[in-house]
This record gives sequence, C-alpha cells and structure tokens, in this order.
Amino acid sequence: MKRRDTLKAISVASLGMAVGPVEAAVPEPPDTKPAVKLLPGRQKFEAERDAKLLASEKFFTPAELQTVTILGDIIIPADAKSGSASQAGVPAFIDFMMRDQPRSQTPMRGGLRWLDTKCVSRYGNLFAKCTKEQQIDMVEQIAYPGKKVPSDLTQGVAFFTMMRNFVMGGFYTSKMGIDDLGYVGNTPNKWEGVPEDVLKQYGLSYDEPKK
Amino acid sequence: MDLFQIKKAPTVYDAIVVGSGAGGGMAAYMLTKAGAKVLLLEAGGYFDPADPKYMTQLKWPYESPRRGASTTRAGGDFDAAWGGWEIEGEPYSSKPGGDFFWFRSRMLGGRTNHWGRISMRFGPDDFRRKTLSGIGDDWPITYDDMKPFYDRVDKLIGVFGSVENMHNEPDGHFLPPPKPRLHELMLKKAATGIGIPVIPSRLSILTQPINKERGQCFYCRQCNRGCSAYADFSSSSVLCIPAVKTGNLTLQNNAMVREVLTDAKTGLATGVSYVDTISMQEMSVYAKTVILGASTCESARLLLNSKSARFPNGLANSSGVVGKYLNDSTGASRSGFVPALMDRKRYNEDGVGGMHVFTPWWLDNSKLDFPRGYHIEYGGGMGMPGYGFGGGIENLNGKIPGRDGKMKPAGGYGAGLKDDMRRFYGAYVSMSGRGEPIPLESNYCEIDPNTVDKYGIPTLRFHYKWSDNEIKQAKHMQDTFEQIIEAMGGMPMGNKPGKEQNYGLAAPGRIIHEVGTVRMGNDPGKSALNKFQQAHDVKNLFVVDAAPFVTQGDKNVTWTILAASMRTSEYLIDQVKKKNI
Ligand SMILES: Cc1cc2nc3c(=O)[nH]c(=O)nc-3n(C[C@H](O)[C@H](O)[C@H](O)COP(=O)(O)OP(=O)(O)OC[C@H]3O[C@@H](n4cnc5c(N)ncnc54)[C@H](O)[C@@H]3O)c2cc1C
Ligand code: SF4
Repeated sequence: MKRRDTLKAISVASLGMAVGPVEAAVPEPPDTKPAVKLLPGRQKFEAERDAKLLASEKFFTPAELQTVTILGDIIIPADAKSGSASQAGVPAFIDFMMRDQPRSQTPMRGGLRWLDTKCVSRYGNLFAKCTKEQQIDMVEQIAYPGKKVPSDLTQGVAFFTMMRNFVMGGFYTSKMGIDDLGYVGNTPNKWEGVPEDVLKQYGLSYDEPKK
Repeated sequence: MDLFQIKKAPTVYDAIVVGSGAGGGMAAYMLTKAGAKVLLLEAGGYFDPADPKYMTQLKWPYESPRRGASTTRAGGDFDAAWGGWEIEGEPYSSKPGGDFFWFRSRMLGGRTNHWGRISMRFGPDDFRRKTLSGIGDDWPITYDDMKPFYDRVDKLIGVFGSVENMHNEPDGHFLPPPKPRLHELMLKKAATGIGIPVIPSRLSILTQPINKERGQCFYCRQCNRGCSAYADFSSSSVLCIPAVKTGNLTLQNNAMVREVLTDAKTGLATGVSYVDTISMQEMSVYAKTVILGASTCESARLLLNSKSARFPNGLANSSGVVGKYLNDSTGASRSGFVPALMDRKRYNEDGVGGMHVFTPWWLDNSKLDFPRGYHIEYGGGMGMPGYGFGGGIENLNGKIPGRDGKMKPAGGYGAGLKDDMRRFYGAYVSMSGRGEPIPLESNYCEIDPNTVDKYGIPTLRFHYKWSDNEIKQAKHMQDTFEQIIEAMGGMPMGNKPGKEQNYGLAAPGRIIHEVGTVRMGNDPGKSALNKFQQAHDVKNLFVVDAAPFVTQGDKNVTWTILAASMRTSEYLIDQVKKKNI
C-alpha cells in the first residue's frame, strides 16, 4: 500500500467505518486536487513536505472538526468589528498544524475526547450536541487557568488553554484578525517618526534636551 | 559515472575561498575586484534576495499554511535561513554537561541573509582586555590596525548610526539613523533617567542610497527575510553577486568541502577536495592560495580533518590550539508590558528590520563583580502578527484592569478576550543583553571520534561551560532589565530567572556569535594564525571568518569579520605582488 493509501485507511478507520482489505485494491481516483501554491524560497525538502502535507487527509474527524469549530467561535466570536474564528478559517489552520507538528495530535485529540466524556457525564450529551447554555457552562469551568478548580477539571483547563492559543494564533494571523488588530504595515513606507499627535499624547519629543 | 573516481579540475585558480558568508564573501569580492581568478565553494544552494523565486519579503502570515511557524526552519517559513540548529544529515554532538548549540545556514551568503544587521565596530579596549584587566588575552593587533578597514567597510556596505564620541564605541561613517519608534522613545526616556544611555542603533541598512546597484530601505522591518531592494547587507547581494559580475569569480554552489589538500614536500596548501551535494561526485580543485570562511566552527573542523603525515594533528595546528577558546556572546532577556501603551493609535511603525535604539556598555567593570560588559538590544511595537500571536494571553489579562476598571480572571474567551487583544496590541517591550565572555581553553570543539555526516566527513563534538564571570554578568543584566521596565512604568513579564536558572543566561552557542577556534597571535606555539590571519605553519592558507578572533568584545562580531577579511585580502594581494606567496 502506498503511503497515501495508508493515511487514507487510517483516517477512514478513525471515522468508525470498517475498512476491509479490498480498499487497497481499488484503483486510486485520478488526482484532481489543484496544484498547491507554495511560498517562494522553499528548500527542496520543504517544498516536498509542504506539497505532501497540503494534499494529505485532514486530521480531524467530521465530529472533531465540529467541536473545534464551536470552541473556536466561543473563544473568538463575531462582534461589531470582525468575524469569528471559523469565518477566518481557523479550524482548517488548526487541522493543518496537527499534521505539520504531530506532537500536538495527542493533546488535541485526547482533549477533545476529554471534553466529550465530561459533557456526557454532566449533561448526557457530547459537547457538540449540548445546548449553547451547557456548552458555555462547561467552558466556564475550564477557561480560567488562574482559578482553583476541582481536580477532575485540571486537564480540561490545560486543554482549553492550548485551544485558546491555537485559536488566537490562527485568528490573528488571518487577514480578518490582522485587520481587527489594526496592523497597517507590511507595505513600502517612509518612516519619519512617531506622528505629531501621538508624541503630544505621550508628552514626548524628538528634540534632545539641552545638555 | 564512478563517484569514487575523484575528478580533478585542470584549472589552478589564484585562490579558492571556502564559504560565502561575511568572511568568505568579502574575500571573494576583494580578490576578484583586484583581478584575481577565484573559485568560491559554497555548501548551500544559490540565493538572490531580489529574485522572486526566493522572495518572502512583504508576504502575509496567511500565505504560509503554518502561518510562518518554525516547523522546518528555526526562524520560521519567511526567514531567509536555509538551515538552523539542526540540519538533516549533518549532525554534531556535545560532551555530557558541555552542550553547545550550533546554528548553520547553507546558502549563498550564509547567515548574513537573515542576520540582525547590527553592525558594530570593536573599540580600542576590546583588542587589549588582558592588558587592561589582567584576565583573558590581547589581540596581536590594535584598533588602529583595524580602523582603516572598518572605515572602508562602512563606506562600501553602508551603516547607519550617530556620532557619539564614546571612547570604546568608535564612530564610523554613518548614514542617518531612523527616528526612534514610540516605545523606543519611552525606553530612552526611562533608561536615561536612571543613568543608562540609549543611543541610535548601528545597523547595515541603507537609509539613503549609496550606489546604483542597491536601493534604499522602504521600512518593512523584514531584513531577516532578505531585502529585494538590496537595501540591507547580505553577503549574497552585496559581495558575492557583484564578485560574480567581475567575471573573475567561479561560483560553485552545493560544494561541501571535505579537507584542504597539501603538498607533502613543501607543506603548502594546493587546493581542497569537496563533494557535490547533489550528484555526490567527489572533486579536487587547485589553487595557489586557500582561504577558509566556512564559519568559526566549520573552519576549525576543516583544519582538524585535513590530516596528513606531515600534519598529523590537522593543518595549521602544530600549536594544538585549533578548536580551543571557542566563545559565544552571553545573552539574557526579559520583556515587559507597558500599560501606558494600551489602546494605542494605529499607524505604520514597522521601521527598519531591527531596533532603532540600543544601549552600549556604560559601566566600569573595575567597580563590578564581573570582568566584561554587555550591550542591550530592544524590541517592541506594533509588529506584524506571526505564528503563535496571542499565545500566553492568560499570563497577562488577569493582571490588567478591564475598561470598567475591574480585574477579571486570567484567560477567558469571547468578546472580552478580543477586546483585550486590541487593547494590549503594541504595548510590550523586550530587552536582550549581549555580553562578552572570557575565552577559555576548556571550551572547545574537536573531531568526534565516532561520527560522520552523510558525506562521510567526521563531525564536530563540543564542550562548553560558562564560568562564574558570565553568570554574574547575566545577573546584572536581569537587574538592569527590571529597573528599566519599572522606570517606564511597565510590568516585567514572567518570573525573573534566578540563580538556579543561571539568571536566564542562554546556553552556549544560542546567541550565534561564536568565535575563537583558530586563534591569531604572535606566538606560533600558542596560536594558529599570525596577525594577518595567515597560518603560521602554511603561508598560503588563510582564515577569514570569526575563527581567528581572540575575543569578541561586547559587540556583535560580523562587522569585524568583514573588516578583518578585507584586511587579510589586501595583505594577500600585497604578498602576491611582493612574490612572498
Ligand atoms: C538569527 C541571527 C541573527 C544574527 N544577528 C547578528 C547581528 O545582528 N550582528 C552580527 O554581527 N551578527 C549577527 N549574527 C551572526 C552572523 O550571522 C555571523 O557572525 C556571520 O554570518 C558569520 O559569518 P561567516 O562568514 O563566518 O559565516 P556564515 O555566515 O555562517 O557563512 C559560512 C558559509 O560557509 C558555508 N560552508 C560551511 N561549511 C562549508 C564547507 N565545508 N564547504 C563549503 N562551504 C561551507 C556555509 O554554507 C555558509 O554559507 C546573527 C546570526 C543569526 C543566525
Ligand atoms: S527594513 Fe528596509 S532594508 Fe530591511 S528588508 Fe525592509 S526595506 Fe529592506
């Protein structure tokens, strides 16, 4: 079996479907994926690695993806100024990072599982199937790493902190997040110093005090 | 093709230069400009920051699927460093308890494509520390020997800065420095208020055009990606490519040099052997002079690997000093949050690809409990978000009152978190001390008896330990950082590293200013090279990277590599004219 097929088999299997050995005998469908656009200046091994990762199977199962999407939008919801994490494409970014840095896979997959188990015991439902109120109630228990929590929730706090970091990192490096922050650089400029009104606001100036 | 049939090139060049970084690039430039026929061998691939094929300048984080994360290169996807702390197939090792970290770039221009462009001359005292303090060693040359070359490097390459008339921070031929950014003005006010000087930084970035080949800085703050306008100094764009244009340079990329070849009878260098990293073909090439600029540790490795009956300890190593006295800058850092900078007005303050101000060493060591100084580099401002942005917000947002004046629990989620991000954006400062260590014989690199790289070349094994001198210096840095942050009304972030963590002193190698492994000196029994960086044992062999440096001052070393390589090149041209070589 080629490596791509193995990956396919693993991810199909993880959806809970039975995979018989026939799978490998089915000819691969013609590759219809559009050629991926890579950054310039990639070294050969990087270009090959990027192309392979971009074409590889998604990490998250559809159910996991749904949970990640809900969590992402709880962490970064749409507001008057900008959209939500999912509107900025954050779940897909996190999925890519799982494939790019596999060391995060276990904490992520395990954390999602932790969340579901906890929700089933508390509310009788998987996180994604809980009501909005229940979801927020759960998140409230694990969103504040400075607070003391019962010992059966500490792993949840660690998971949510990791999730928050991924969501923030994804959102604020998207075009939407960059615009939200108001970063206006990365373009040819002429730096002539801090604007006059800002200098005034802070009581600063460029004139050297007389020595 | 039989790969083990070593191919011998018919041409005998005037000189072979190994490595195209700061040192090798300058030698190739100087010699080809003088009309010599030079072969430049570079282990990495071709790179030209102006060629769109390689350009990452002005790209957005979302143009990388990992948003620029450092999965495959230490500085992240946009950084112009092909290589890093680890290179597949090119291992190195350390003796237990003596870890050293070695950063390598494999590309035309070496590490100068993404370096920080901090371009400082050494001062008069930096060449004679032993005389002044009783410990360490003096250089065999003085500031006066180097000054004319620093001056010429300033003019050839371009550096901005300000005339300050400070004894040990000599002024150069400066282009106008960019004005400080807002946080830099605040840092300056705070630090000078407590007696710590803050002056314009000295970076090799063209705030004004200096010739027709190179453009002017357009303030994108991305020098580490390489400048498509050639407005910053990279050896690729400023030295190697112009050297190719003279018609006198043969540039051979993907050429990993194995050893220096010598004539058993005369003991002179005759050329080098290398392996083509793509075809794996072995080659031998010949020249009248061999110049090593493969970087401090790699040049030592090449010499130690060039063993023969005549040179059983490796080449230029009758003193046994090659590999010893390896030393890197000390480094420690701290960051702070500045509440006064919350809710800032937005405007483009990218500026140049580095700090606009810095703190040169300002104290007298005879009144302190450690013997050498350090300078401080500053960071901060409304930069472009990159991978990991916003990470660790839970360490901050529980400490800052919200808009309603009330404290809230750390971490959280939702609209309030988004608001925190807007309020905190651009309200951080960071500072890093970079200091001078005392070079020790017991800090060294040697050939690992058990290991080879994928080309079969024996690899390096390191042994490096900081002494009390460096640890005390790091403690002083931490105290100073805290004082500055507090003086500007800021909140130092994280915990102050204490004794158990060596006061945050970075592990050896991490500051990437390694020098000293092929020392120069007047005594052939204690040094490998003379004061022109010419091997005592082999008169047609030179080293032009930082390996010859006896010490490294509290300055970043690259400007001195450039000046010293220029000086060595002129000496070589002169010696050839006088028929001494
Ligand atoms: C992130 C970063 C920031 C830095 N910032 C600063 C700064 O602000 N100021 C400063 O002064 N310094 C700075 N430095 C350090 C600076 O980059 C180095 O001092 C400088 O590049 C050293 O020049 P070099 O010529 O000795 O070696 P390099 O620049 O490392 O070049 C050596 C070249 O030789 C090639 N080579 C190696 N082995 C072989 C071989 N066997 N055969 C053929 N070719 C070989 C390599 O591929 C490489 O291209 C920084 C470094 C880094 C990584
Ligand atoms: S900051 Fe200036 S010199 Fe540096 S890359 Fe941008 S334009 Fe070039």
